[in-house]
Parts: sequence; C-alpha cells; structure tokens
Amino acid sequence: MLRAADQVGTGLAGIDVAGLSKAYQGRHGPSPALQDVTFAVRAGEFAALIGPSGCGKTTLLHILAGLIEPTAGSVSLPRRHPGRLGTALVFQGASTLPWMTALDNVAYGLRLMGVPARERRERARQHLGQVGLLAFSDAYPHQLSEGMRQRVNIARALATDPAILLMDEPFADLDEQNRLLLQDELLRIWQEDRKTVLFVTHSLDEAIRLSDRVLVMSASPGRITAEVPVPLGRPRDFQVIRQDPAYGALSARLWGELREEVLRASRS
Amino acid sequence: MKARIADRWLAVISPLGLLLLWEGLSRAGLLDARFITPPSAIGRTLVALTRTGELPYHVGVSVERIIAGFLLGSIPAVALGLAMGLSRSVRALLMPIVAAIYPIPKIAIYPLIIFYLGIGEASKVSIVALSIFFLVLLNTMAGVLGVDRTYFNIARAYGAQSIDVFTTIAWPGALPSIFTGLKLGMGFALIVIVGAELLGSDAGIGFLIWRSYQIFAIDVMFAGLLVTAVLGWLATITLDWLERRAMPWRTEHK
Ligand SMILES: Nc1ncnc2c1ncn2[C@@H]1O[C@H](COP(=O)(O)OP(=O)(O)OP(=O)(O)O)[C@@H](O)[C@H]1O
Ligand SMILES: [Mg+2]
Repeated sequence: MLRAADQVGTGLAGIDVAGLSKAYQGRHGPSPALQDVTFAVRAGEFAALIGPSGCGKTTLLHILAGLIEPTAGSVSLPRRHPGRLGTALVFQGASTLPWMTALDNVAYGLRLMGVPARERRERARQHLGQVGLLAFSDAYPHQLSEGMRQRVNIARALATDPAILLMDEPFADLDEQNRLLLQDELLRIWQEDRKTVLFVTHSLDEAIRLSDRVLVMSASPGRITAEVPVPLGRPRDFQVIRQDPAYGALSARLWGELREEVLRASRS
Repeated sequence: MKARIADRWLAVISPLGLLLLWEGLSRAGLLDARFITPPSAIGRTLVALTRTGELPYHVGVSVERIIAGFLLGSIPAVALGLAMGLSRSVRALLMPIVAAIYPIPKIAIYPLIIFYLGIGEASKVSIVALSIFFLVLLNTMAGVLGVDRTYFNIARAYGAQSIDVFTTIAWPGALPSIFTGLKLGMGFALIVIVGAELLGSDAGIGFLIWRSYQIFAIDVMFAGLLVTAVLGWLATITLDWLERRAMPWRTEHK
C-alpha cells in the first residue's frame, strides 16, 4: 500500500496541506467530509486541532497517516528515513491490540518495520519506561487501566520515532486527573526531542495547555476557519498558566470561534 | 479462584449423583436390571472388555478417526475462513456454495461417501472432516469480520503488509470464534463418527454398540454409551486447555 508519506517527500519536517477535500461515498451519492482544507504545521511545532464532532478531524488524520486517499488536494510530509516512520498515529478510542502484551504492543510498529527482535525489544522497553510502565511489560491490555492503555498507545507511536506524531483525542476517555497527568507526561516527552505534533481534541483547555497553535475546524464539511497562536511560554506549568490572564482571553476567543460551528453541527 | 474450584466440584457432583440414584433404584428393584444395567454392572463390563482388549481397540479406532478427521476438516477450514473474512471477493465467490452445502445433514452424504471411498478408514475420516469443515469455516469467517476495524487500521498505519495483517490481526482476532467453531465441530464429530460406525463399519465404538444390540448384550451397549460420554468430556477439556494456551490474553476473562 502506498502511504501518503511515501508519495510526497519534501525533506522538510512539517506538515503542508493544501486544498484538501474528501468525500465519502454515501447512499445518496458522495457526502463531503472535508472541504478545501489548507494549513501547515512547522517542523517541531505542537499544533492542536479542535472542531465539532463529525467535522472530519479523524478523516484528516487518516489521510495524513496514509490510511485513506483524499478526493482532491495535496499533502506534503517529510521524506521517510530508514528506521523511522513518516507519521505515527495514536488512534481515537481503544486501540491497544488485546492479544499482545504491553511490550509487544509498543514494539508492534518496529516489528512491522523489520527491526530485529533484540533491538526492538530494547527500544520498546525504553519507550515503555518513558511512560512509566516498564513494570507492566508482560501485562495484557485487559489487565491495565484505561490510562495505562493510552500510555501504551502513545509509547507505540513514539517507539517508531516518527517525523510526525498524529494524535486523535488520545485522552478523551480519561477522567480529569488522569488526563492532567498524561498531558504533563506528553509535554515532558515532547520537550525532549520536539517532534512535529498534530493533536486533535474536543477540549479547549487541553488545546491551550499543550499546543503552540490551535487550528479551528468548521462543522461538516470541515474547513480550517481560524488559526490561533498560544502565547504561553514553555516548559508550561498548568498551575501557573491557569492564573495567566492570557489563558482566559484565549479560551474565550477559541470558544467564540467554535460556538457557531458547534451550534451548526448540532442543528444538522 | 475459589469459585472456580467450587464449580469443578459441582461439575462432578451432578453426574455422580445421577449414577448413585440409578444404582439405588436398581438395587431397590425399581429398575429392571435386565433391561437397564446398573452402574456397578456397567463398571464390571467395562473392566472385562478392557481386559480382553476389545474396548481399547474400538475406542482407539474411533479416536484415531476423530483426530484425523478433525485435523483434515479444521485446518483447511480455518485457512479458507480467514481468506473469506479478509477478502470480499473470495467471500462473494465461495459464500453461495458454502451456504448451500452447510445445512445438509452430513450423515445423509455418508452412503455416497461409502460408495466412493469404501467402508474403510477413508470414508470415516472424510465424514468427520466434512461435518466439521463448514462449522469451523463459518465461525472463522465470522470471527475475522467481527474484528474491530480499528485494529486493521492500526496495522496499516504502521505499514503492515498483507501477511502481517493476516498474522498479527486477523488470526489472533478471530481465534475466539475459531475455537467456538472447533468446539461445536468436536461435538458434531462425535455424533457423526458414532453414527457412521453404526451404519457401516467393522470397528469403533459405534460398531461395538451396534453389534451388542444384535446379540442383546445390553450391558455392553451401556458401556459403549458411557465411554462415548467420557470421550466427549475429554475432548471438551482438551479443547478448553488448548484455548487457554492459544489465547493467554483471555485467561482471566472467565
Ligand atoms: N468510513 C466512512 N464512510 C462514510 N462516512 C464516513 C466515514 N468515516 C467518517 N464518515 C463521515 O465523515 C464525517 C467526518 O467524520 P470524522 O470521523 O472524520 O469526524 P470527527 O471530526 O473525527 O468526529 P469526532 O469528533 O466525533 O471523532 C462524519 O459525518 C462521518 O459520518
Ligand atoms: Mg474523530
């Protein structure tokens, strides 16, 4: 199968999307999910993507990950390096493979890349350690908590050392405390090598806490309607930025952008 | 764990209780021992038949037929079932044939099989294989179709080739259904082999029961039935054990 990352390699380490459209084949002809989506994420940038449910966020990530073909438009991603994955996707919802141990789940991408068993065990252990789950290497997903499973999914993506990390609402199913914990961990890991990240979320707070820039998507069919930079320093301390007046202003601005779209989505 | 041990005891109590009741009714003269052999007499018959080597011989013959037929039927069924689950075109091509042949009681094909393959081992092994093939095939296919699409997407997103999708997603994902098929199939295999041996055979448990009927040896008929029941029970625990070994990720579900 051709992956989007193989088709267009610019050698730059960011994401460049231009005029991207996608229509699914519905019962009554094609139904548009994405309409003329254009945006870019710079190399090393942490971008968040928010938008009402069903606006095409997952569709967009799946196109970037090479799972589905766009109907029109172009995607440009970094050239693939040997031993690394072009894009790694952390899927929405439950996505640990139930029949593999935590370690094998993390090593899964490496196994498909043909990394020798010894090395991939080593790399997988290192990434499992990075998310604090080394003691659970041999546990199966059903023996882990939801938060632990999500850590495994993230470790699996990071183990492939992708040029681009795509995350589809990875913390949506977690309770508030676990979400804060994992956000913290994600930022700490990201701080180490500053991968290019596109992070889909429903939560305005999460988008502000994590990202350098928030992309706002319209109701279906999705377009990018606003790009809002997050003027908060790094490393970020949630305790501190919560007090920052910029935080409140940003939250209000984003909600302003989103409100109409959410209303539109719920009406349709 | 405690509950599981308790379950095991309960599982022994009910058959044991039945045997005791049976024996008691027989001794009290409420059951005519000439027509309904009491358990103690069945036990004596079993010992005698084992001493002469007759019982082990017939059981051995039946077990060999079941195992050979089971392997011959289930291995291609799993392979084809996985292919049908993974590929829409293979499914479209084969499903009509499968749907047409599946509901035919396989024992009804037995005379035809004897006609082609003779009364020897080939016909017995074939009827067992045939009777479980479709069960395992359909369960395997349903298993693959039931695997969450996300898992296939994960494989593809991480660059899986077709063979990887097969080995890392379709096969482990379908295993629970495959075992459902194998267990159902094993039940059918027993029914069918004993049936086939009753109809036309010169060895096997079914043959033993049939011959005993002809010479009015009721105790041997009961002994044959008891052995069949035990065989079925052994087959079930063997498959349960295999299932736990094959799917360590599910052991603590039950
Ligand atoms: N495989 C598919 N076939 C047909 N239509 C689809 C398919 N996948 C998604 N859609 C439709 O495309 C639109 C966008 O779906 P998508 O899953 O990308 O939304 P989303 O923004 O990720 O939503 P959510 O926030 O709820 O996850 C929806 O209207 C959905 O019904
Ligand atoms: Mg989605």
